[in-house]
Amino acid sequence: MKPISRRQAFALGGGFVALTLVPMAADAQVSNDAAQWIAKFTGGKEAAKGKISLDLPEIAENGNTVPLSLTVQSPMTAESYVKEVMLIADGNPNAGVATLMFSPLSGKAEAAVRIRLAATQNVIALAKMSDGSLFTEQKTVKVTIGGCGG
Amino acid sequence: MADKPRIKLPKEATKGEIIQIKTLVSHVMESGQRKDAQGKPIPRKIINKFSCEFNGKPVFACALEPAISANPYIQFTARVDEDGTFKFAWTDDDGTVITAEEKIAIKA
Repeated sequence: MKPISRRQAFALGGGFVALTLVPMAADAQVSNDAAQWIAKFTGGKEAAKGKISLDLPEIAENGNTVPLSLTVQSPMTAESYVKEVMLIADGNPNAGVATLMFSPLSGKAEAAVRIRLAATQNVIALAKMSDGSLFTEQKTVKVTIGGCGG
Repeated sequence: MADKPRIKLPKEATKGEIIQIKTLVSHVMESGQRKDAQGKPIPRKIINKFSCEFNGKPVFACALEPAISANPYIQFTARVDEDGTFKFAWTDDDGTVITAEEKIAIKA
């Protein structure tokens, strides 16, 4: 490999700065589609606080893989169970993270996944019960290194 | 890609016991947000759906978005009332489905 000239080194450095700055600027201006995701899931109804315990690290050093686990209080019987839980990240390029579908056979409304977070932001969980009631919970995660690439 | 999914669950359970199931499948989960060295966007390729059935009945499923990390790890629970087989399926954007099966028995 040829040694990199001073000029090339500057060009590379400049390119890197541009690459890292542009997505950030875009994020700041355009909020993502979190509101649409929430509206679609809730059908415009208000979600009450509670029932969900959402476990996320306060500070995620690597946004590429952030462990998330959640539990929703529910007897999980055929009469009363958690139907769906939607996870939303309000600072990612796309707000949707995952939709978890439970059934009475799940036994417990408990799940864990690993998610990508582009920047420091809120992660929102919305749960829909079998009777149609809605619950919500949110956590802020500080992200040191973004997980969506540039 | 061709790697066998890793699934961890007990071989036996007492009737009505709620067991924990851990699954991990090797997959790039390309978000569609990244660009290659030439600045062209790398097309999205993710596993968009995971499902688990027990003796044909749905236990747990999830719809995944690009915000799920590479090599998706999914952990959930299941209530076991009878002997049977858990069937797992991961559906890729391109339509391929990775499947796996695990048996469980009720402790005598």
